[in-house]
Amino acid sequence: MTSVQANFDSPAPLSSSRGSLAWGKWGLRGTAVLYLGFMVALPLAAIIRNGLVDGLAAFRDDVTNPTAFGALKLTLISAVIVTIINAVMGTLTAYVLVRFRFPMKGFFNAMIDMPFAIPTLVTGVMLVALYGPQRTLGAWLNSHGIKVIFATPGIVLALLVITYPFVIRAVQPVLMEAEKGQEEAAYTLGASRWMTFRRVVLPTIAPAIITGSLLSFARALGEFGSVVVVAGNIPGVTLTAPVYLYGQIESQNQRGASAMSILLLVLSFSLIVTVEWMQTRKGRSHG
Amino acid sequence: MADVIVNAAAPEKQSRSLPARLTEWLLILIVVLYAAGLLLAPLIAIVWGALSEGGAAFIHEITSVDSLSSLKLTLIMAVAATAINTLFGLSIAWVLVRDNFWGRRILNGLVDMPFAVSPVIAGFMLILLFGRGGWFTGISEALGIKVVFALPGILLATIFISLPFVIREVAPVLGQLSTDQEDAALTIGASRLRTFWHVTLPAIRWGLLYGVSLTFARAVGEIGAVLVVSGGVSRLTETSTLYIFRSLDDRNYIGANAMAVVLAGISFVILTVIELLKKRTDRVQTQ
Repeated sequence: MTSVQANFDSPAPLSSSRGSLAWGKWGLRGTAVLYLGFMVALPLAAIIRNGLVDGLAAFRDDVTNPTAFGALKLTLISAVIVTIINAVMGTLTAYVLVRFRFPMKGFFNAMIDMPFAIPTLVTGVMLVALYGPQRTLGAWLNSHGIKVIFATPGIVLALLVITYPFVIRAVQPVLMEAEKGQEEAAYTLGASRWMTFRRVVLPTIAPAIITGSLLSFARALGEFGSVVVVAGNIPGVTLTAPVYLYGQIESQNQRGASAMSILLLVLSFSLIVTVEWMQTRKGRSHG
Repeated sequence: MADVIVNAAAPEKQSRSLPARLTEWLLILIVVLYAAGLLLAPLIAIVWGALSEGGAAFIHEITSVDSLSSLKLTLIMAVAATAINTLFGLSIAWVLVRDNFWGRRILNGLVDMPFAVSPVIAGFMLILLFGRGGWFTGISEALGIKVVFALPGILLATIFISLPFVIREVAPVLGQLSTDQEDAALTIGASRLRTFWHVTLPAIRWGLLYGVSLTFARAVGEIGAVLVVSGGVSRLTETSTLYIFRSLDDRNYIGANAMAVVLAGISFVILTVIELLKKRTDRVQTQ
């Protein structure tokens, strides 16, 4: 391999394109650095600076005032519930999609991408159309004492729709690549389907389940469009952190908004970094 | 002996006793019902709602000046943001995969930020940078460009939230691609640009198109970021999602539902394109 590399390297200085090649490389590198620097790094710096402008004590007060803290708590709790449901139902969906055959499977598989394509606000409007108090289903549920829209179940439901694909799309390729030989061996040895799943399949797909779950957790933390429509946004009751943030921005409380932003940012970014780290580790062990 | 041969030839049939089959169908049923309840039922509810209000009311709402100008603005912004992110995304993907310098890992982390950031935070960042007393307000004022509560702000917000898609779809394909062909083209004397156009681009095209459609879908559906920076002046800085948001506030539910159905329709076109592209990429990979 090194000899091949050397072969390509040595004739290159002879070719006239060497100089322009270096230029191109530096140009692209500069473009990437400038674009990401201006579009991503700088705005982040502005938020961090703004949130900490009056020191750490002010920052702590900003995120622990009752409304902010309540919003944060609600967001974290609903994100945890949603992530657990996703981990179970997403894994089951991926398993069914990869291992079983049933009619209209292609259509079903395509349908799973729906939350990636449909605007989140539209998802919220759809949920109101189905579960809203004036609608048939919503009225029926209401008469049985179950309030969905403008209540916590609505928030969880909206987040479930928005984050449904994450675990599935993380687990599916791993299941497809996993050798069926081991599973079949387990069956022929007399293991039940559940036993085979727990002992053979689950250890293989566990990292993918965690990856997908973390991604859906991060997504649930920041979700705005669907939640703002279904939640009712009552402070301390159904006001989530991103919606609280929106309120603070509208009422020009820049420091408070920045403080909450920093907190949400640190949370979701550490999740994303964990996912990234897990994936590079996986890549290394494979290679 | 004969038994073993039967086992090897058809291990599936052998292991599928009646109870096993029943659990299989039960699992399929659970998953299909869950997904249909989560994704299809709200969709049917909103289309049903739009139709039950009468086709005439639907047409009337969707052809109003406000609604049409918001659709126009949304499409213009989505196309512009997609074009910009495709161009820069390609360069950044190349730098992340092929280039090697000390800042590469930081760049890689920055690319993921827009997924980690709540869209509301994304819009808020722009206010901090370009709003009253912002870091760049002086520069933009000197240039005579109004960013916040104007079209440039909407464009910047849309670019930010849809930035990672092209990069994240193109980078893995580019990474799997062997550089042999590119090196060959370069040693023959083809220019960098020509090599990219004739050798690299055809190899990554399906991944690229997939990323482009995801970018476009996200750009069309964005609400949180745009809501914060647009100012929401109808017919001027109001995108389609903002139109829905305002209609909900004004209790114009027919208008909100009608526009939601239109946006859902656009997503379906994009989703179909994505599905077709996915089949393409699968085929290319198996070849």
